[in-house]
This record gives sequence, structure tokens and C-alpha cells, in this order.
Amino acid sequence: MTALTDELKRGLDAPICLTWELTYACNLACIHCLSSSGRRDPRELSTAEAKTIIDQLRALQVFYVNIGGGEPTIRTDFFELIDYATAGEVGVKFSTNGSRINVHTARRLAAMDYTDIQISLDGANPTTNDAVRGEGSFATAIAAMDHLAAADFGSFKISVVVTRHNIGQLDEFVGLANRYGAELRLTRLRPSGRAVESWHELHPTEAQQVELYYWLLDRPEVLTGDSFFHLNALGSGTLEGLNLCGAGRVVCLIDPVGDVYACPFVLHDEFKAGNVRDAGGFPDIWRSSPLFLELREPQSAGACASCGQFDACQGGCMAAKFFTGLPLDGPDPECVSGHGQEALAAVGAGDRPPSTSDHSKPTPVRFITRASPARS
Amino acid sequence: MAIRPEPFGALAYHYGNRKLNFLRSPELVRLVDELEHFDSTRAAFDSLDLDARQWPAYGKALDALARSDFIEPLRPSPGVGP
Repeated sequence: MTALTDELKRGLDAPICLTWELTYACNLACIHCLSSSGRRDPRELSTAEAKTIIDQLRALQVFYVNIGGGEPTIRTDFFELIDYATAGEVGVKFSTNGSRINVHTARRLAAMDYTDIQISLDGANPTTNDAVRGEGSFATAIAAMDHLAAADFGSFKISVVVTRHNIGQLDEFVGLANRYGAELRLTRLRPSGRAVESWHELHPTEAQQVELYYWLLDRPEVLTGDSFFHLNALGSGTLEGLNLCGAGRVVCLIDPVGDVYACPFVLHDEFKAGNVRDAGGFPDIWRSSPLFLELREPQSAGACASCGQFDACQGGCMAAKFFTGLPLDGPDPECVSGHGQEALAAVGAGDRPPSTSDHSKPTPVRFITRASPARS
Repeated sequence: MAIRPEPFGALAYHYGNRKLNFLRSPELVRLVDELEHFDSTRAAFDSLDLDARQWPAYGKALDALARSDFIEPLRPSPGVGP
């Protein structure tokens, strides 16, 4: 038998891990939002169109979808859609900031099979979290967890994007998860969406990456969604996961308007494979879009070919390279051997791709009231 | 459990514990499909005419499936009695 990763690189008949962002609408404006969410897009899929996609996923035997946004629970048909999916044996894992989880919705969710919940939290205290996710968002997430616990939902996930500012709180996150009987999930900050800008301030330092790697090796029970495989180049062991870039091979993303992208971190025209409204729908895009077929061809290791660690890290994350202006067949910007930093230094301001998808709310306008002239 | 055919064999998914398993050859998929009709894995190996060189690998694969509750023994294993 050939190595499993070689098989997976040639692509599967259907995705293992499919992310579906239901809406660009969001009540928060996190500074690292991968999809630059905020405002609903008027072209978003209707309930009927969304159900057609679910039918297609069921026919493809996609076992579950990862639902996100925006804030997916804002859609008025949110429960209708997850009921429809789970009734057809398409399991649902959805990510939420928790703002719509109250006594009633928590009970409703607790009564459902095949529905898993991830509450996003990017700091173990309000100061760290709210600096990234907005004021009050820590309290909102904790309230949601309390409601889920009170409704006896069972184990949910606390999902943390690892940053320079919260990486010192990993043990506190474990403590928080343990208090709720929850699972901890850590994911890598990608320089996508609004994080194209904030990444430079937020991504872990070199020393922190090393610390994270050893912390994760000691804790295989912490979930990572395979997102830190670039750290395997540190060479003391392999982190849990498939250890490859799954873009267009085992993963993809459907955005709120039905555009299909190679992975959740590359919402950009260059990685758009088609739209579910096209004839043939999602199955045709997955099976035969030129972009996905190309991603399933053997990829060149390029500048990384001469590095002894290439087998361990596979050159890292395609999205991270793309949005920082690095060549796709070169080192990851966070290459643990430092090759990424050298490459980044050579990137000019104009080398970074301009955004092709932004639903951010307009920057808040502050009204300055001019003092009326003093009467004498 | 659901089994989805793939070029390398199949993916098996357990809706209860949300675990995913890779069945790495079409022959292994056939074994898992047919297993319930046999009293023992050895009987299944013999009757299904599986490649004998792969038996150890298939045994390991079945152990992994049992550990994550995809399959279960027909009878309790004999206890380690006095």
C-alpha cells in the first residue's frame, strides 16, 4: 500500500471536511476574520438552494459539514437547515460566537443528534479575547457555554485561534474546557480576510511556535484540525493529523453566495472553482473543476526541494503563502527554519494579492460634534 | 456506521462518536462488509479468500476499528478466569 498522504493528495471522490459558510452577516467584527464578514450579501443562497446543496452532499456521502459564517445562527432558517441536513445523515458541526445561544436554543440543540458546536474564543480572559473579537464577546461566549451546560448538551468544543497574545494562556484554555467538560480545539491564524492586515501583529513569534509544538505533542487530545502541520519540521515527532494541504483534495469551502473555494482560508478569485448554482452543482465542481484537478496533480516543492524537512512540513499552508505574497512552491511565512522570514523580507508591498471578497461593515464613522460658538 | 467508496478503498464514518477510519484496500472493505456473516475473523479470512500476506495488516485494521467501536465482537472474549 502506498502512503495514505499520497493517496489523499490525488483527491477523494467527495470531501472529508467541507466548510460551508451560511452568511456573511455577523454581529461581531473580529480583526482576524478569514472571510471579512460583517454584512449579509444580497446574493446569498435561499433556503431552497441550501437544501439542494444538502441533497447533493447526502448523495456524495459527505458525512458532515462544518458550518460557519459570518455568524451562521443569524440566518432565520438556521435551524431548518441543520434539521434538514441531520435528518439526511449529513452531520453538522457549526461554529458560533454564541450570541444566539440562549436557554431555548440550547435546549433545542441538546435534543439534536449529529449536531456539534464550536464556540469561538480567542482569549482566556475578556481583555485578551475582546481585543480581537470585540467588547463583550468573552462574556457572550461564556454565557453560551453556561446555557449549553445547563441544557445538558454534552461535550462541545471551544475553538481558539492561536495568537501571540493568547499563546501563554493555553493551560487556562484547558482549564476552561475541563470545567465545562468541553474539548479544546486550537487552530492556526491564517493571513486571510481581515487577517491579511492583522496577521503581522497577531501571529505567534518563532519562539512561541516552538513552545506550541511541544505543548501539542504532549497533548494529542487537543484538537487542531490538522492546522499546525508546518510545525512538524521541528522534527521531534509528528502532530496528530493527515499532515498535508488538503485544499481541493480532501477539503473545500462553499461560501454564502455559493462560490466554491479550495479551502476555508483562500476566499480569493484565484482559488474559486465554480458556483453551486452552475449546471452540475457542487458534485461537478468537486469532480471536475480545472482548479481542483490541478491541485490534485503532483505539486513542485520548488525552493523547498533542497530542504531536509520538506517531507515533514510539506511546504506548509498554501493560503498563508498566497496572502503574504510568497510563491506557492516556496516556504511557508512561518517556516520554522526561518526560510519564510527571509522570503517575506523580499516581498514588496505590491506583491500581495488585492482582496476580491470583502463584506466588512463600513468603518464606524465617529460623529464629531462641533462645539457651538460660545456666546458671550 | 457509513462506508463511502474511495479510490484507495473506502472511508468509514461512525455517526455516534464522529470518528473517521480509512479502509486502505478494496479487499479490506469487502472484509468489513462481510464480517458480520462469520463467527470469527479467521473464518472470514479463509472464506473470503483474502490475500494471506495481508492478513496481519487486516487484523490490525480490524483491531483499530474495534477500538473506535466501528465493529464489536460477536461474543464477549473468554475471561481470564482461574
